[in-house]
Amino acid sequence: MQYAILCYNHEDITSAWTKEEEDLCMQQLMAVQEPLKQQGKLGPVARLLPTSAATTLRKTKDEPLVIDGPFAETKEQLLGFYVVDVENLDEALGIARDLASANLSAGSYEIRPIERFLPNEMK
Amino acid sequence: MTDIAWIDKALSAARPQAVAALLRYFRDLDTAEEAFQEACLRALKNWPKNGPPRDPTAWLIFVGRNSGIDTIRKRSRNTALPPEDQISDLEDHEADMAERLDNADYRDDVLRLLFVCCHPDLPSTQQIALALRIVSGLSVKQIARAFIVGESAMEQRITRAKARIAKSDVPFEAPDAVERAERFAMVAAMVYLVFNEGYSATGDEAPARAPLCDEAIRLARLLLRLFPAEPEMMGLLALMLIQHSRMPARFDADGHIVLLEDQDRSLWNRLMINEGLALIDKAMRHRQPGPYQVQAAIAALHARAAKAEDTDWAQIDALYATLEIMQPSPVVTLNRSVAVSKLSGAADALALIEPLTDKLGGYFNFHGVRGAYLLQLGRKAEAREAFDQAIARANSAAEAAHIRIHLDRLMQDGAQAPEPALAKK
Repeated sequence: MQYAILCYNHEDITSAWTKEEEDLCMQQLMAVQEPLKQQGKLGPVARLLPTSAATTLRKTKDEPLVIDGPFAETKEQLLGFYVVDVENLDEALGIARDLASANLSAGSYEIRPIERFLPNEMK
Repeated sequence: MTDIAWIDKALSAARPQAVAALLRYFRDLDTAEEAFQEACLRALKNWPKNGPPRDPTAWLIFVGRNSGIDTIRKRSRNTALPPEDQISDLEDHEADMAERLDNADYRDDVLRLLFVCCHPDLPSTQQIALALRIVSGLSVKQIARAFIVGESAMEQRITRAKARIAKSDVPFEAPDAVERAERFAMVAAMVYLVFNEGYSATGDEAPARAPLCDEAIRLARLLLRLFPAEPEMMGLLALMLIQHSRMPARFDADGHIVLLEDQDRSLWNRLMINEGLALIDKAMRHRQPGPYQVQAAIAALHARAAKAEDTDWAQIDALYATLEIMQPSPVVTLNRSVAVSKLSGAADALALIEPLTDKLGGYFNFHGVRGAYLLQLGRKAEAREAFDQAIARANSAAEAAHIRIHLDRLMQDGAQAPEPALAKK
């Protein structure tokens, strides 16, 4: 079963990390990812730039509307995601738990089953 | 998971919005600041025990407002009661507060707070110091260090600025569209001043001042979240991100300036560059060009060039020409001359800047650039004179040392002429 683990957090907090905090966090997250990669359970991982750099296209009756900013005004922002291939929800939850404790700050993880996944060879 | 480090970040992240909202209630900077401090103290006690609130900013505003009202009440035993409108809405609860404080409130509050700090009566050094103290929450000691002055001198500067603001009429009503646009432009300029305080530092000062660049970027991100459709705000943030991305490459191990074309581009921060480029693309879609966007576009052309030789100087020249029309300034022309020297040679570049001598005669970069053009043209005696003038006007030991390298080369006969470039780092 493939799951997406979507990482949400307060962007203004994570973007205020110092370089040392940032490096430490990445290092701790890598420690969680590495064994998953060895076991062939880790799919693509993406970290997103801040929502201030986002653009939204909303489909309307006429021409699609292009607006600035993220889709919704939320307290926590989608900062990135992992794709994992695991036995069941428990295993996915376990990974999310490890990511949460490796992460430097609070935040939440949405574990969402994937319906269709098209890997490609993007360089 | 509510550790102290997280709380610390949450408090500083919430600070601009919370202090801004408290300023609206109390209409006095000192009271708003004290109320926020008190709320932070309570957060440090309360959050580890009860977990963080759903909306830290709303929590801090709510608690800060109550504590501010308490303080006013205590004082009122000795002085007259505060006007009723300062202590109304006592029944509010945090949840209501969170709901009521939508983006529009935050937006005008934060804009007002920054606007108050960049009050036109204040000299720009006071504006920056005040903004760093009030909006960013930097300690007086940190600010003093960034400005290379004593702590008590800085304390005085900030106190004086606050007193001046207290005397002036600050409009507290929600601004209308025109006023909002005016404030916005002033606030953007102030944020850029904060950035430049950090960016223009050289030598030993650079490490102490670099955090000012990060702070300006943080403020710009906040403003952009509140005004997501302002192309000039996108431009300003992009400009600062791309300039700041070069920080690791701008000085060598000894703290000497490394010119843009000599920098190790692999040291540039790609993440910042990517964000900056994404923001410029976004801004361009609005088709409302402005000076920040044009400057960001110039910075982007440098960022896109993998090697210095790949730089698209024709496009840079065209953008500077646009900037000269939008924001005529001899410094813009001086910058443009560098592009001209790359495109058609030092003679044309020199001809472009010679008329600027009256206006830029006191400016370090002017003489440095002029000297480099003269040297390229083989006019060595004049070049030496220009470099001497530059050294006399250097703002730091690092700037002087940079020019001295040219002079030393001049002394050795047959030395290669240096490429002209601004002390652009």
